[in-house]
Amino acid sequence: MNLSGANIDFTLLLPEISLAICGFAILLLGVTKRGKDFGFGLGLFGLIAALAFTVQQWGTLETGFFGMVTKDGFSSLYNIIFLLAGIISLLIAQTYLRAKKIDKPEYYALVLFSILGMMVMASSYDLIIIFIGLEIMSIPLYVLAGFHRFNPKSNEAGIKYFIIGAFASGFLLYGIALVYGAGATTDLRLIAANYHSMAQQAPLLLYAGVALILIGFGFKVGAVPFHMWAPDVYQGAPTPVTAFFSVGPKAAGFAALMRILDFGFDSMDEIQSVLWILAVLTMAVGNILALFQDNIKRMLAYSSIAHAGYILVALTVGGEGAVASGLYYLLGYTFFNLGAFAILTILDTRDGTDSRFSELTGMASRHPFLATLLAIFMFSLAGFPPTAGFFGKLYIFSGAVEGGFIWLAIIGVMTSFVSVYYYLRVVVACFFTKADHPFQQVAMNPYLALALIITAVGALGLGLFPSSWIDLSRQAFASFL
Amino acid sequence: MEALNLNVIVFYLAAGLAIAGAFLMVWQKNPVASALYMLLSIVSQAVLYLQLDALFVGAVLIIVYAGAIVTLFLFVIMLLNLRGEDLVNPSAGPKRYVKLIISGVVGAELVYLLVESTGIGTHLTKLDSAIANFGDVKPVAELLYSKYLYGFEITSILLLVAIVGAVILARREPGEN
Repeated sequence: MNLSGANIDFTLLLPEISLAICGFAILLLGVTKRGKDFGFGLGLFGLIAALAFTVQQWGTLETGFFGMVTKDGFSSLYNIIFLLAGIISLLIAQTYLRAKKIDKPEYYALVLFSILGMMVMASSYDLIIIFIGLEIMSIPLYVLAGFHRFNPKSNEAGIKYFIIGAFASGFLLYGIALVYGAGATTDLRLIAANYHSMAQQAPLLLYAGVALILIGFGFKVGAVPFHMWAPDVYQGAPTPVTAFFSVGPKAAGFAALMRILDFGFDSMDEIQSVLWILAVLTMAVGNILALFQDNIKRMLAYSSIAHAGYILVALTVGGEGAVASGLYYLLGYTFFNLGAFAILTILDTRDGTDSRFSELTGMASRHPFLATLLAIFMFSLAGFPPTAGFFGKLYIFSGAVEGGFIWLAIIGVMTSFVSVYYYLRVVVACFFTKADHPFQQVAMNPYLALALIITAVGALGLGLFPSSWIDLSRQAFASFL
Repeated sequence: MEALNLNVIVFYLAAGLAIAGAFLMVWQKNPVASALYMLLSIVSQAVLYLQLDALFVGAVLIIVYAGAIVTLFLFVIMLLNLRGEDLVNPSAGPKRYVKLIISGVVGAELVYLLVESTGIGTHLTKLDSAIANFGDVKPVAELLYSKYLYGFEITSILLLVAIVGAVILARREPGEN
């Protein structure tokens, strides 16, 4: 047996290993009476340790474990996005879980394992590993969606997400099998190298395979027409879980899609027109249906569908500039979307709330600071300067124009004008609507404040210094070409 | 010559049972009967693999499909507590053609891919070296503990997560009915 070139190097996996160890520790300590309280601290510790190791790995390019693990700038940037989403959603989770009396240590372990799966997905060129990562990511999410066991809506969310997710996995796996049938390999580097001979020998298998893979990931990132699960699941799941949903799995799906479509099947030109249609549908349906929602969580669900559409625009255009702007957008989206959800979580922590628009009235006079932050996040989601949302959209749509996708850019800009209406509706409800009953006080604590500070600084910082961040994304993308 | 004849007879018997089982699985109205016909089809397929000297694949087919998946199906059917009147409802009429059409399309697709795609033929030659000990445990083990070591290791986390998740959702809390 030839083991040369295997490069079994466990230092490559330090971020993953630190998450796994902390997850195991939480589960083990959770059995004891006193250990139950360590879940939050250990989870946070694991995420920060993984973040430190990931930052340390920045700039390296190494493959290991028989080529199954690849740590490059691309995987590092994505891992940072996953870990940031994890840290912020953990910070806002504890208060909520305690208020709803579902604060169990397993929650934190599941979040850690889910992020571990995302990192596995983003750090491999092999379709089998990407699939295993996807499953490690998804199974904890099914449970987290149904974590509020005595809430029928949470149950519905869990079951719905589970069934749709299982469907998506089936599509994806069938697609991978067909691609394997066409090329006798699951390694994207070999597929990219031998693409033309594969396309000549077995075009049917290849096209069917890529189509099925696209459907599988379409479900995961919430692209129209594979989006119908999103509103119900977002509404039913506990709010901090929804916050995590709206960023983590979406980013992981795009990480895999970028590697598969922009590297493995870079030469497949036909895929561009399919992505074009997906992007237009996703932007249009997401933004238009968001107009008619009375529940803020549902509204944000449709808004997150629309944001997936903007990133699909970047994928459609392809190439270094466009994908780097997609990465930049995803990083900004992590901050401002999680910021919006953080405030929503704080509001939902009170009793008897259902995150309706009408519940926001009077917020500005009672909590002017919180209301201002919410307005900043909404402006960022809508894409007003000088926030990260504005520059993200600017880069994506100007990239589309440069790439010759003028209609795509026009449709994108038009749909994002539509979105201004429903984001401003939140601001109007906060600031300019007369309250018929007093706004119920919310309780703040240092963790919530920290989460708000991180997200606000991120959303504004990315917007005030866009060029250095876009360079960073460019470097990340260049590392896998 | 006699041994060959026996082989041929077993082949046609197993192949016929596999196809008949698959067809009846789709055709049946009663889900329990469907699951049992699926079992018949899978066991017949396992016989076909045994005839190819692929002991490992045959055994895996029986353990995974017949052992785990069919049992799972039966469990689900029992848990849903389906009664006779639920099973034979009038709306089942048109629906059974839907399922026939879907399985027909998938079947036709497989046949088409097998016959038409030249890609399969050329890639089969790459498998020559593997065919020498096809279906044996050793080549599987060699790949599993070398090239796919990483995948093998992280699958353990996948299983752990699935167990933990199931326990969280199903466990009865103290003081809960």
